[in-house]
Amino acid sequence: MSTEVSGREVVEAEAKPAAPAPQRPQDASPPRRPAPPRRRRGRRLGPGRPIPFAWGIGPLLLLAIWSVGSAAGWIDERNLSAPWDVVSTAVELIEDGRLQDHLWASTERALSGLAFGVAAGLVLALVAGLSRLGEGVIDGPVQIKRSIPSLALIPLLILWFGIGESMKVITITLGVLVPVYIHTHNGLRGIDSRYVELAETLRLSRWGFLRHVVLPGALPGFLLGLRFAVTSAWLSLVVVEQVNATSGIGYMMELARTYGQTDVILVGLVVYGLLGLLSDGLVRLAQRKALSWRRTLAD
Amino acid sequence: MSPHAPATDPVPATESTGPALAADPVPPPARSIDHSGVRVTGLRRAFDGRVVLDDVELTIAPGEFVSLLGASGSGKSTLLRAVGGLDPGVDGRIEVPERTAIVFQEHRLLPWERVWRNVTLGVGGGDLRRRAVAALAEVGLEGRADAWPGTLSGGESQRVALARALVRTPQLLLLDEPFGALDALTRLTAQALVEDLWAEHRPSVLLVTHDVEEALLLSDRALLLANGRIAAEFTVDIPRPRPLDHPRLVELRTELLAGLGVHGPARRGADRATEETATPRSATPPRENHR
Repeated sequence: MSTEVSGREVVEAEAKPAAPAPQRPQDASPPRRPAPPRRRRGRRLGPGRPIPFAWGIGPLLLLAIWSVGSAAGWIDERNLSAPWDVVSTAVELIEDGRLQDHLWASTERALSGLAFGVAAGLVLALVAGLSRLGEGVIDGPVQIKRSIPSLALIPLLILWFGIGESMKVITITLGVLVPVYIHTHNGLRGIDSRYVELAETLRLSRWGFLRHVVLPGALPGFLLGLRFAVTSAWLSLVVVEQVNATSGIGYMMELARTYGQTDVILVGLVVYGLLGLLSDGLVRLAQRKALSWRRTLAD
Repeated sequence: MSPHAPATDPVPATESTGPALAADPVPPPARSIDHSGVRVTGLRRAFDGRVVLDDVELTIAPGEFVSLLGASGSGKSTLLRAVGGLDPGVDGRIEVPERTAIVFQEHRLLPWERVWRNVTLGVGGGDLRRRAVAALAEVGLEGRADAWPGTLSGGESQRVALARALVRTPQLLLLDEPFGALDALTRLTAQALVEDLWAEHRPSVLLVTHDVEEALLLSDRALLLANGRIAAEFTVDIPRPRPLDHPRLVELRTELLAGLGVHGPARRGADRATEETATPRSATPPRENHR
């Protein structure tokens, strides 16, 4: 098969020596790039070759410094427990089931706040991005909300919704909504108007336009907003769980503070950190899958 | 024929000779042409009071290939966009066939859809993949059906854009400087491809270009747009395939260039964009040092 193809290419090359792209292969030919030499990974001005598990280098370095500091006695036990103490405390907490309970309570809050916030931010961005009226109604309030930290709204939210779960979820939702809205809206507005014109000449329906042009065009912005949103969800969680909570990682840490248990506080911090890292990793993975058509500097 | 020839005799008998540069001669078009072509009357367009098109008349017969030439800013693209229904701000009467397709100067492929999905974008009915691959085969790119548009070269992208127009079986094909962004060599193959496809499918074609030779090689009629009007009209009565050194073509070229404000017969290296491809190119490979 391959000899056949290369044979034809030779013939074509002779017939049209100057033509860079032979314009009419006579029949269905297989992909006819003649086995290009393996592409060099990375480029001269790019960030360099990809390093496996590169994201782990920084955290591991921090951990190493912490371990050395504790072992050498440079770090006071009362300020910062040693890593191994934190590990043994974590094992204890897992064994009597407290960590799992708190973790589940926290995750449930964060996820429901994230779900509501992402849905609301996405819908608002679409409405604002697709109609001038929608933009006039929605954009102003969201921009105003953006300049008010959602954590500053907590006193008001407590007055309105009490100190129960709904207040906590609403606080997280408000924090998540803003980055999703801002970045999705920005992505929508950044769609090349020539694609809109193209959609008109191709007589795409409203739905086809939304599906083939608007949503994929806004996807990079949305995913970026989602990364900010996930971080913001965990951040809001930390705060709401230290206000009148009876469960959750934040509550566990707040309780530990009153008893001076540095190791429990650190377990909480590590859990928060792992959750943040894990969820950001998941969003980035989704980003890479969803945006595989993009050729960027880092690829 | 000379400038200001009547617009009523647009299809010379010589055009069924077969496309230039095609390996096998294409038989005379068997397809019946039953659509009504293009008829534009009293077309007027002003941008902020500056009149770009002033009472333009334009008729394209079914199956006719018409080129539109003009200096930069003469309103060529404005006219094409008006015919294509992309300009809500025009006044006048525009009659076009039902199925119209446009190929722009930039390919405008959606980067997030595979090549074949781009081809069938907005096409209804089933069997889309087969139809896309068939259209891609016509432009020699069936092997790239599943590629991302970002991995195509400029010439390939423009051919996919052609396939996207073809799959709609257009009665009118509007080409807005489709080869303008291609390098000189790729442009030659793309021009030959367009001529082949036109001979095969016989849509009416309106080609906006700034390349005098491109217009003379491809079209039945070349129109010169100046001062907001069709200032001159040239019927290209040269049998196809057309060698660039055909005496009639050289003559028409001089006339057209004069109409565009370039005087003197074929000055080499003149500072006009219209002089870009001034070497004969049908038999010998074109000069390679351009640009």
